[in-house]
Amino acid sequence: MINVTIDNKQIQVPEGTTILKAARMAGIHIPTLCYFELAGMKFENKPGGCRVCVVEVVKDFNGRPRRNLAPACATDCVEGMEVLTHSARVINARRTVVELILSDHPTDCLTCAKSGNCELQSLAQYLGIRDIPFKGEQSHYRQDMSPSIVRDMDKCVMCRRCENMCNNVQTVGALSAINRGFSAVVAPAFEQDLVDSPCVMCGQCVQVCPVGALTEVDDTRNVMAAINNPKKTVIVNTAPATRVALGEEFGMPAGTIVTGQMTAALRRLGFDYVFDTDFAADLTIMEEGTELLGRIKRYMEGDKSVRLPILTSCCPGWVNFFEHNFPDMLDVPSTAKSPMQMFGAVAKNYWAEKMGIKREDLVVVSIMPCLAKKYESKRKEFYKDGNPDIDYVLTTRELARLIKQFNLNLKDMPSEDYDDPLGESTGAAVIFGATGGVIEAATRTAYEVFTGKPLPKIDFTELRGIEGIRDAWVDFDGTPIHIGIAHGLSNARKLLERVREGKEQFHAIEVMACPGGCVGGAGQPYHHGNSEIIKKRTEAIYREDAGKPIRKSHENPSIKKIYEEYFGEPCGHKSHELLHTHYFDKSEHVEISED
Amino acid sequence: MAKVKSLAELKAMREKLSNNLDIREKSNDPDSLVQIKVAMATCGIAAGAKQVMEHMMEKADELKLSIVFTQTGCMGYCHAEPTIEVKCPGKDPIVFGHVDNTRADEILTKYVMNNEMVEGVIPVNYETIG
Amino acid sequence: MHVLVCGGTGCQASASAQIIENFQRILAEKGLQDEVQVVRTGCFGFCEKGPIVKIMPDNTFYTQVKPEDVEKIINEHIIKGRKVTDLLYLDPENKEHVSDSKHMGFYRKQLRIALRNCGFINPENIDECISRGGYEALGKCLTEMTPQQVIDEVTKSGLRGRGGAGFPTGVKWGLCAKNKCDEMYVICNADEGDPGAFMDRSIMEGDPHSIVEAMAICGYAIGASHGLVYIRAEYPLAIHRLQIAIAQAREYGLLGDDILGSGFNFDIELRYGAGAFVCGEETALIHSMEGKRGEPTLKPPFPAVSGYMAKPSNVNNVETFANVPIIITKGADWFASIGSEKSKGTKVFALAGQINNVGLIEVPMGTTLRDIIYEIGGGIKGGRQFKAVQTGGPSGGCLTEKHLDTAIDYESLAAAGSMMGSGGMVVMDETSCMPAIAKFYLEFTCEESCGKCSPCRIGNKRMLEILTKITRGEGTMDDLQELRNLAAVIKDTALCGLGQTSPNPVLSTLDNFWDEYVEHVVDKKCRAGVCKKLMSYEIDKEKCIGCGKCAKNCPGDAISKTDYIAPGHKLPSMVIDSTKCIKCGACIAGCKFGAISVK
Repeated sequence: MINVTIDNKQIQVPEGTTILKAARMAGIHIPTLCYFELAGMKFENKPGGCRVCVVEVVKDFNGRPRRNLAPACATDCVEGMEVLTHSARVINARRTVVELILSDHPTDCLTCAKSGNCELQSLAQYLGIRDIPFKGEQSHYRQDMSPSIVRDMDKCVMCRRCENMCNNVQTVGALSAINRGFSAVVAPAFEQDLVDSPCVMCGQCVQVCPVGALTEVDDTRNVMAAINNPKKTVIVNTAPATRVALGEEFGMPAGTIVTGQMTAALRRLGFDYVFDTDFAADLTIMEEGTELLGRIKRYMEGDKSVRLPILTSCCPGWVNFFEHNFPDMLDVPSTAKSPMQMFGAVAKNYWAEKMGIKREDLVVVSIMPCLAKKYESKRKEFYKDGNPDIDYVLTTRELARLIKQFNLNLKDMPSEDYDDPLGESTGAAVIFGATGGVIEAATRTAYEVFTGKPLPKIDFTELRGIEGIRDAWVDFDGTPIHIGIAHGLSNARKLLERVREGKEQFHAIEVMACPGGCVGGAGQPYHHGNSEIIKKRTEAIYREDAGKPIRKSHENPSIKKIYEEYFGEPCGHKSHELLHTHYFDKSEHVEISED
Repeated sequence: MAKVKSLAELKAMREKLSNNLDIREKSNDPDSLVQIKVAMATCGIAAGAKQVMEHMMEKADELKLSIVFTQTGCMGYCHAEPTIEVKCPGKDPIVFGHVDNTRADEILTKYVMNNEMVEGVIPVNYETIG
Repeated sequence: MHVLVCGGTGCQASASAQIIENFQRILAEKGLQDEVQVVRTGCFGFCEKGPIVKIMPDNTFYTQVKPEDVEKIINEHIIKGRKVTDLLYLDPENKEHVSDSKHMGFYRKQLRIALRNCGFINPENIDECISRGGYEALGKCLTEMTPQQVIDEVTKSGLRGRGGAGFPTGVKWGLCAKNKCDEMYVICNADEGDPGAFMDRSIMEGDPHSIVEAMAICGYAIGASHGLVYIRAEYPLAIHRLQIAIAQAREYGLLGDDILGSGFNFDIELRYGAGAFVCGEETALIHSMEGKRGEPTLKPPFPAVSGYMAKPSNVNNVETFANVPIIITKGADWFASIGSEKSKGTKVFALAGQINNVGLIEVPMGTTLRDIIYEIGGGIKGGRQFKAVQTGGPSGGCLTEKHLDTAIDYESLAAAGSMMGSGGMVVMDETSCMPAIAKFYLEFTCEESCGKCSPCRIGNKRMLEILTKITRGEGTMDDLQELRNLAAVIKDTALCGLGQTSPNPVLSTLDNFWDEYVEHVVDKKCRAGVCKKLMSYEIDKEKCIGCGKCAKNCPGDAISKTDYIAPGHKLPSMVIDSTKCIKCGACIAGCKFGAISVK
């Protein structure tokens, strides 16, 4: 432990503690902008670039004052150090720096997607800035819009969080700083469009952007137009992770479960039917679980051509990632569509037929914690006759905006149930929202199908947790099954490379692109680096599961019924047609041609 | 080229190579060189200065003496041509007159190498030129 | 006889290759090729008067030699022994021809240590280097000294980083040596980037073996066996000569395994930079070598702990390295006897600007600015008035008349508000406008900023915009205030050395030439006549004879006739419409009567 004095408060901190962290321990607020930490998820962004957190070191290691101001986020405390975080010199410098940043920032807060959630806006307010004394040229860049993400780099403050996230946490490598000096900005290589870059649309860059430079594509107007169109039947399905996060947008503590209120609010918005993606998640387990067991059985019977492990394919960011980075392994992942796309296929075929609604008159909207889902819904293989299985995807944040526009407060909503039949689901489906959940749900079903015996215990706690890469052996009544789990794409890459090199054998691996799984998705309310929020959401997911009367997908009565009425059997002919998909080699996008 | 295998070898190599740069090394400090100026005006050439200079250059090489030969104009001692001015390091220049091959050899072997005076010095209070 | 012809980049650009060819051809024609050796050397430094040809042993220094002069030199000097007077240097003071460079003002006060072999040996010939004692320092280290002794010797010599910051080299080596590791790196920073500076380039072109040798010495001292030279790709000749030097050293076993039988292994690789100024900052340089974006990161960790590929690395500048072998050979005490109290040895400067003798010079630390400008530099061009001298490039400041007797060393230059920098020195006279000079350097910094930290990325841009306003006559006193505040904040908050020093040209000119700024802002005048927007062209109606030539010359149709006929003249005088005038000066050039002036 070392002794430091910050703003005349003496404290003891462990060696290697930064001034910023020491100040926080002492309850002293030092404003930051580029600094970002997701504690427990191995993500810390401290390029020392914005210079907002500068402090005055009045006594340094050598007993003398430091010549320059020091960035608190990136300067370690040393024994006997004395620091002033709010001296006149510091305040003048900090204020000038923020004024400079504002002088190169569009002042369109009124219409900015980030207004109210913008860290630069809060900072300007904290520093009491009323005027920007520096007038001059403003940066202008081409706007870029992928199906998921809008890049408005005029607003970029060069905090580099997105770059760090994209390269280090996700190892996607789509974004990096380009150009020099005043023209420096974060962009795909050669200023390509995001869609032409290796971007997998996971949107974690959006989740960490402090300003409105990176935001989601907004589909709320399209959805409202569909609702306002009397010819259309508009139905909605809600992903598991949305129900444990939406409340945050309405001032509820993180981890509040708002399933019933959300359903009620969606009805008030004018959706004709409110269904649950969880239904489709149960369907996914039937298909993916059957596929897994099939592969294991064939493998155990000596068929060495079988590709193991099976990889989950629920996460569209992950699907993009392996299409870009592991084109040699395209036959490894499960061919099962994601729950959302299964929902779309079921809704626009089975359900529409049943209801006598023409495909083109049915609009299917998804409420997702995810930005890649927007892209996924637009993949060509999920279209039939030019009409998509899923018409629009709204993020949790967009849904919150719509609910607020309708002058509804989620807190005041009654709790309502989903509509039948695509609203019935099990606890196994809910846990899709957290890392490890899909594979736990699959295990619950696969165990019983494989062994023909009931599960001795339903909670596979060995599959839960927050470690980036986890693995566990599950005993299938004498047959040990090795399961791997990765969340965050750098972890997925590491695990997959281990598998590719033959260093480790698994039967099944679950991958989620976003740290924490869907609860930490890029469409969720901004967590601003508070990883406690993600933990609370995860806990809520498992609470919701525990509270469900049925917790195994194969026991869902509506699922049983749909197989009886429509699909016949899992992985049968009909389900192959509607519930399975195939993958593409996108690796050529990564390489830039020589000429 | 074989590799240099030790510091001693490197130093020996330097020794061997240094002759080549000697002329440059010393010209940085011309006073450290023996300088011989040969008066090569019409009178000098007529009296055989050119031949004497060539002879001296050859002889100097033979004796492994590093001498800078320069040609100058008339020194004014036309009666004593060929005339040469010899400047040894640290000493005043001396002018020799009536230099033929024999005297030239003497000048090199005796005066330059052993600091023995040779005949033929033009003993006037003379100032060096150019 | 030896004929030395400068083969530096500057002289090559003015046909020195042709000169060498002519020498060889004509000497061969006359059968003199065995008598006379023609040598292509590195830079002599006196670039103002290049190409330089030096005839040895009589040490005759020919300046501004043209290829066609060669025949004359051979016929007159080499054959007949008569110096070619009109090619000798003409002393600007006493108008006498000087034949021996030692007696030229330019060389008299110089002491060439780092440049000891430049302009003396053929840099592409390792034998010439060895015959000058090359690689003996390395040999001495390997056979007679322990690594610690080498570090101690360098520390004792007082050698400090010549890249500009002046960190003690021996101490730096010691810090790195402490972090023993299987893989360590010696890095030579050859990313010389100051505008107009070419010290390092000249050393690499003229004496590349000194760098190779010094890097190996450093490798031995810190325990590294890998050397990397980070050199800008815009230095093709330096790259070429370094490549030759490295290849020759390998061939002689002076690089590679078991050097001089000592068991020490060391080899050097070149890494090419794209010439970004910021990559001269050591952390940015390392990132660039790793293939990452060349931008600085915070120190600590210092490269000595975590440098190239996260391995302990020692980064020194070219000139620093060039001093090392001679320190080992001649001893730390010898080196420490040269220079001032805290700054030992010599410093190479690239002398430029409004000065008679532009070129590359090396002087002992402690030499005064006055000696450099008036003795070595030969004073101000055209006999004009000295106004300022800029040292330290874009990181340095402008010093004035009152600083002329400042003895140059790291501390005194910093105390005067400038810095040593890597060795750029630009002399300015009354025709230089100081706000415009500050703007020039800031343009450079803005161009070269990596854009990582806000003060440098946006702050410098805003300062530049304010300076642009001022030089256009649109500035206000508030702008001057803002400029000072911004400069202070950028200095206080920027991430790396580039940003922290970038306001120096602004701050030093504000301090030393405040009146000139006020004139621009309040009186809307530029006394140097540089800021076009602040100039007005006027016709003296009494002197104008009304010939109309100016009107004819004016591309902007800004000149017309008045009604006034001056006494003694027959035609009405002309007048300039200042709203149309584009200040091109065509009218003045055409007026034979001196009737037009600039105000």
